[in-house]
Amino acid sequence: MRFGITVFPGTWSDRDCAHAVELAGHQAVMLWHKDADLRGADCVILPGGFAYGDYLRAGAVARFAPLMESVVAFADRGGLVWGICNGFQILCEAHLLPGALTRNGSLQFRCEPSWLRVETQSSPFTAGIASEEVLQIPVSHGEGRYVAGEGTLDGLERDERVAFRYVAKDGSPAGASSPNGSMRDIAGIVNPAGNVLGMMPHPERACEPLLGSDDGMRLFLNVARAVSRDTAFAAPAS
Amino acid sequence: MTLTSDAPTVPSDAQLAEVALTRDEFGSVVQQLHRQPNSVELGILGALWSEHCSYKTSRPLLRALPTAGPRVLQGPGENAGAVDIGDGLACVFKIESHNHPSAIEPYQGAATGVGGILRDVFTMGARPVALLDSLRFGPLDEPRQRHLFEGVVAGIGGYGNCVGVPTVGGELYFDSCYRDNCVVNAMCVGIVEHGKLTRARASGPGNAVLLVGADTGRDGIHGASFASVRLDATSEERRPAVQVGNPFLEKCLMEACLELAGDPRIVAMQDLGAAGLCGSAAELAHRGGVGVDIDVSCVSRRERAMTPYEVMLSESQERMLVVVHPDDVRSVQEVFDRWDLHSDVIGTILERPEFVVRDGATGVCALPLAVLVDGAPERSAPGPPVQRVMTLERRVWQSPWPPGDTLIRLLASPNIGSRKPIFRTYDHQVGDATIVSPGTDAAVVRVHGTRRGLALTTDGNARYTALSPRRGAAIAVCEAARNVVATGAVPIALTNCLNFANPELNEVYWDLHEAIQGIADACTALGIPVVSGNVSLYNESERARIDPTVVIGMVGVLEDVERACSAGFARRGDRIAIVGPVEGSLDATELQRLAFGINQKMAPELDLDLERRVQAFIHDAIEAGLLRSAHDCADGGVAVALAESCLWGGTGVRVDLDIAGDEHPWGRSPADGILFGESQSRFLISFAMEASVQLRELADRHSLPLQEIGVVGGDRIVIDGAMDVALAAARRAYEGALVGGE
Repeated sequence: MRFGITVFPGTWSDRDCAHAVELAGHQAVMLWHKDADLRGADCVILPGGFAYGDYLRAGAVARFAPLMESVVAFADRGGLVWGICNGFQILCEAHLLPGALTRNGSLQFRCEPSWLRVETQSSPFTAGIASEEVLQIPVSHGEGRYVAGEGTLDGLERDERVAFRYVAKDGSPAGASSPNGSMRDIAGIVNPAGNVLGMMPHPERACEPLLGSDDGMRLFLNVARAVSRDTAFAAPAS
Repeated sequence: MTLTSDAPTVPSDAQLAEVALTRDEFGSVVQQLHRQPNSVELGILGALWSEHCSYKTSRPLLRALPTAGPRVLQGPGENAGAVDIGDGLACVFKIESHNHPSAIEPYQGAATGVGGILRDVFTMGARPVALLDSLRFGPLDEPRQRHLFEGVVAGIGGYGNCVGVPTVGGELYFDSCYRDNCVVNAMCVGIVEHGKLTRARASGPGNAVLLVGADTGRDGIHGASFASVRLDATSEERRPAVQVGNPFLEKCLMEACLELAGDPRIVAMQDLGAAGLCGSAAELAHRGGVGVDIDVSCVSRRERAMTPYEVMLSESQERMLVVVHPDDVRSVQEVFDRWDLHSDVIGTILERPEFVVRDGATGVCALPLAVLVDGAPERSAPGPPVQRVMTLERRVWQSPWPPGDTLIRLLASPNIGSRKPIFRTYDHQVGDATIVSPGTDAAVVRVHGTRRGLALTTDGNARYTALSPRRGAAIAVCEAARNVVATGAVPIALTNCLNFANPELNEVYWDLHEAIQGIADACTALGIPVVSGNVSLYNESERARIDPTVVIGMVGVLEDVERACSAGFARRGDRIAIVGPVEGSLDATELQRLAFGINQKMAPELDLDLERRVQAFIHDAIEAGLLRSAHDCADGGVAVALAESCLWGGTGVRVDLDIAGDEHPWGRSPADGILFGESQSRFLISFAMEASVQLRELADRHSLPLQEIGVVGGDRIVIDGAMDVALAAARRAYEGALVGGE
């Protein structure tokens, strides 16, 4: 299958995502922010970085890029859209996902391992990963504290749209070990249809034991499985 | 062209001081030009003849460094050095100081230091894959020092994290000598295919000179001459001499330049650094043996009414000069347009080696490049050679505290404790290549598309160079090499940053001389060439000058990155041994500084032949697959090295150092010397019991002592007859060392 990877001028996880896609045995194509063409991608990844410098608010400018119109339309048609780190911030700014990512509680950038519990089975990204499993996937961000209104948070929980929650290494509640102080320890969420995922941790950095973990690879393989099995998620026609 | 700038007159002392030229140097200018320079020319000469640009003091001394080797593709003299790492790839790297700006404005000073060193590497066509930083501040318990420290760390992170280059290593010391002059040295490492290595040598008269990137403002004017005088009460007023960084713009500039690397349309590339457009255009032309004609009216600006002088000397960041054939201007500009970067044709390459500046039709400067770039008279020693005299006020043989307590205090020392509070604020993973994360000996970054890895480190212990610049500098090279070797890599080249006080003082000059000799001694003994470097002088204030501070940045190649050796103990039941000498005094140790606030007597002995054999042994042992861990014994000696390997591996140890053995000749137990002394040429290794015999044989072949001292396991650090410390207590001390008490 083909993963499209969005490239804004300040994107820097594009090559890492392409590397992970290729390790998973699939094809990666780069999608330039000034173009509207998704180049036949079956899944669009919005990788990490500082899209246009993020001097205003992370992702605030990126939502206006020509490419984003196509991404929003693709998502509306049910296409798989996966925002990682800066990509999650952009998806929130583009209103594909609710809530916002604000400065980490520590007020500092954090690059370190994080441990995640999968909280929903109703999304193709996480299907088949049991909730008692703890995935080790690193974070690397300064603005990753997920915030939303209480009503929104309750709705996310009720509809099983919390994709990942930060936990301690042993699977217990994260407590003080949360990397950013996110509300309800939320690390990732999906849209109501489950085809749009936003997450702060970087699965593309956890695809090889040599890098400390290959738990992230399970997400890439899940996406590929969803595309090949379920025509609902296979390259919606434009 | 006739110069229509103001009529030349003999400048006053104040005018000369403004451009940091001496009366003698002005005399030399007139003699070489056969005329008086006008005021613009004088300012340009002042900038290019500054120590920062001309290396007038250090250049003759630096000739002592060995710079050749089979892997060297580019030695000193370009934006960065380049060495072959196999598979048709080259590693491009350099270290550079940004001390003066960081002392005035820590965040921007450090951030633009990172920006500058990144540009040095991608200017050569190499994609930056790693950053490292060597930092020195005054005592951390002083509020101003914590402010500087936190500002510098935030600036490094703020810039590097945004650009998307991982910060994988570095080191950090606190000492009162850095109170007024912090040291901020940044190193960047990049990778490029041989064929894409781009040089900064202009050629082809008539070729166009493009200025790309940021608009030019008044920031950073006089940055080069600012860096060439000592800091004083007026330094705060120099804040405008500090530049402001825009890492997003740097990212765009980097991607555009990398897209053009190896492109036949690109004749030369040169980033703008010290002395702005002047420095860069002059070096670019001079290296290629041609001249350059620049029209300042074509330079895009972000401020009104800038004079030609200001435009030429502005150190606005994130700018690049690119030389292209006139026919290619449009197509090259299209690449920059794609990245939304400004690019203006601001000049032309000349056949005659002259540096011409005009403002539209008005000429403002016409200087021979030989005078401008190479004309600064080299400074010789201010006086006869002086050697540092070893002080001996108070001999220290014992710690004032019991051994276990001493270990905890050392682990809690800001000079030894965990650097994790810093590294977690740096993205050290982007690039999917960081195999050994920062915080142990050397970081290891894999080379994508190959099995290889690069081992990267910066090292330098000013406690040793303060007592003996020559030996201390040699130790810095050896320690860097040890850190690289401990991962299983072979050191292939180094870059150095020499941070010293005012070289016009005779003892400082000779310290610099000695330190360079020391680097040369160790490089020659270990067969490691110097391929790039930087000298930062005038690191002093009215109150104090810094100790001679030599920072070595080293690169090693690991043939199979999957076999990188860790510094932490790997498995319970493994045997532990020390390779190298097991003795030591407490002279010049971290313990001496911590316990008595002094740094005295002698820097540790260094036997370069022993050093070479010890490193060869470690290399062979790792290559043969005999080791489970290898760690260099450095600050805090064997006890701290043991504790670190325990903490990094998450296990305890039980060892016997034969401390109750012979009485010392002075009649006191040398226990503390064995535990905390900082003898050189030592590694702490661990291995499976079955490897013991082979290791012994290997040690014999290298004529080395190998002393088995204990076993990995448990949750305590037990040294028989000396200490029994819970690992958890050691961890608390170690991890809390840099955390501020809010």
